[in-house]
Amino acid sequence: MTTFLGLPTAPPGVGHLRQEAPFPVAARQALGNSQLRANLRKATTTIRAKRAGVVSELPDWEQLRAAGQAIKARTMADLGRYLEQLEAQVTARGGTVHWARDAAEANQIVTRLVREAGAREVVKVKSLATDEIGLNDALAAEGITAHETDLAELIVQLGRDRPSHILVPAIHRNRAEIRDIFTREMPGVDPGLTDEPAALAEAARRYLRRKFLTAAVAVSGANFAVAETGTLCVVESEGNGRMCLTLPRTLITVMGIEKVIPAWTDLGVFLQLLPRSSTGERMNPYTSMWTGVTPGDGPQAFHLVLLDNGRTAVLADPAGRDALHCIRCSACLNVCPVYERTGGHAYGSVYPGPIGAVLSPQLTGIADNASLPFASTLCGACFDACPVKINIPEMLVHLRARHVDEDIRERGKPSAEAVTMAAASWVMADPARYAAAQAASRAGRLLRRRGRISALPPPLAAWTTARDAPVPPRQTFRQWWRTQHRNPPEDTP
Amino acid sequence: MFATCLADTLFPDVARATVTVLERLGHWVEFPASQTCCGQMHLNTGYQREALPLIRRYVSTFEGYEVIVAPSGSCVGSIAHQHALVARRLGDEGLADRAEAVAARTHELSQLLTDVLAVEDVGAYYPHRVAYHPTCHSLRLLQVRDRPLRLLQRVRGIDLVALPGADECCGFGGTFAVKNPDVSTAMLADKMRNLLATGAEVCTAGDSSCLMHIGGGLSRLRAGVRTVHLAEILAST
Repeated sequence: MTTFLGLPTAPPGVGHLRQEAPFPVAARQALGNSQLRANLRKATTTIRAKRAGVVSELPDWEQLRAAGQAIKARTMADLGRYLEQLEAQVTARGGTVHWARDAAEANQIVTRLVREAGAREVVKVKSLATDEIGLNDALAAEGITAHETDLAELIVQLGRDRPSHILVPAIHRNRAEIRDIFTREMPGVDPGLTDEPAALAEAARRYLRRKFLTAAVAVSGANFAVAETGTLCVVESEGNGRMCLTLPRTLITVMGIEKVIPAWTDLGVFLQLLPRSSTGERMNPYTSMWTGVTPGDGPQAFHLVLLDNGRTAVLADPAGRDALHCIRCSACLNVCPVYERTGGHAYGSVYPGPIGAVLSPQLTGIADNASLPFASTLCGACFDACPVKINIPEMLVHLRARHVDEDIRERGKPSAEAVTMAAASWVMADPARYAAAQAASRAGRLLRRRGRISALPPPLAAWTTARDAPVPPRQTFRQWWRTQHRNPPEDTP
Repeated sequence: MFATCLADTLFPDVARATVTVLERLGHWVEFPASQTCCGQMHLNTGYQREALPLIRRYVSTFEGYEVIVAPSGSCVGSIAHQHALVARRLGDEGLADRAEAVAARTHELSQLLTDVLAVEDVGAYYPHRVAYHPTCHSLRLLQVRDRPLRLLQRVRGIDLVALPGADECCGFGGTFAVKNPDVSTAMLADKMRNLLATGAEVCTAGDSSCLMHIGGGLSRLRAGVRTVHLAEILAST
């Protein structure tokens, strides 16, 4: 086994990539919230159906997925060169490129740029990467107020809440809860606000318009950056992003280094894959693209912050690096039976769901998110839905193995589970030992009460909290087979 | 036949039924006694090195056989998608090549019947109301598609009902069921709710493991619905 030490992972103490509680513990709390369960079921079921509809319209969907995968693989194989090309193009067109090795460095850069622009307030859109690094907290510490302008991000911010989905961060809230948050937290809101979606949107619109017209600085993320032209691209649904990207004098974009794509024509593939996979639309309503600075039009200062924060460490693992191919569509969340029941908070990271379970532990180092690779039944629905064909189940299995190896190294001795697994391997590697163990398992018959087993000892006790266990039969198949004398004299030909 | 450790130890009727169906169709079935377990539990829990002896055992037991069948989508899925990969990752190229060759001749029961033996009507009679749960690894890893349903549709007397949300995982996931018991149970609850809504008296599938999970939940609830492996239905007359 190769080890992946040496390259820095995302530092602790800053940003939102780490679990506070192990997944099973956090999930237990979420599962008890029946409102959350109902909201999630309704939202994911709706998005799933929409996605399935628009995907089935395209006869070449599988070829598009293969193309998306190939472009990403090609980019990652030569990431340094494409990033340098991007830097050169952005610089040539009047922008400034900053390299941030981690969250702390990116926060320092953005804070300094905002201060240099003389601003006390910023408007924000596409906030996933800035949420990863905890930018809002860093700005607040310097007396700078950040206003989220994506409607769902605004709901989360006003509710002093955490996002629970990549695309719809307030998926855990229903409209009645949103009305309550607005009434309580939004300055100047009509106290008689109803929970009609149009009324809620109108309230947010009035509130945000004032921010757009007064803010001197915007901070955004990015969906894509084209290396050959230096063009940045943001796709969104509301138009609030367009306002952020065009109205303020200064625009600062924080982008993970994996977002670069080589050529303009590559966008043609991703702009077909992304909206259909994420919102279930043929095309999203607003696609904004900009290249450097255009005198007299839009922001007159443009800064691009290229964020590593553990990504190079992910790239170093050949069996894990495909996690960097993710285009943040969230299709895997919407089809995941685990996510559908727990929601995003249980994952403890801004990247929840199946992609989060493979990305977060790699960004932070597995020890800091050790329960996430195990937060899956390996049912494979995520792999089927992924527009760039990231084999998430296989990667989860790989990360479980990495965790087991690192855990043994760290402890200096195997865990109780590792001892059990090694013993099971020793038993099952040999047919005689295996048959003896089978015979011993018949002792399990003693546990039965009225034909069932309703309580098992640890470590299997968790099984019988909600499920009966099968009663071992009087005779294993192997024993029965021997009584039939069916095999020819030699076992193996 | 690779019985799988689960059927061999806990569900011998499933392995017996597999033999019954194949013999009824005129085939000679052998059960090489040197077989044990495919190693899936070790692999999926992160114990690749511990799985290696089990992969070696599977390969050496079965590489002399023409056609290998197992009544489990997930064990065959592991053999097909993990054995060679892991052997290669752990540096045993020779084993990886042999594992690839054996895996290519290893079939899940419904695949063997419909693809290799080109049979859909196996001559079964099963007069019960049955819902079919397409287990995740059969469905997505092995892509068995409608093969089990085609076999079930030809069973005389069967009242086959559609299971709502059939494609959704039952929440078993191997050690997931004990590492994440609450999430697992929540998924199981939804699976059982859908199942009970069909009015079926029997839930069938191609995997003893998923059936053990669903059946364990149904038994705990005294739901009056039982789980029966696909092979057992196909063996019934």
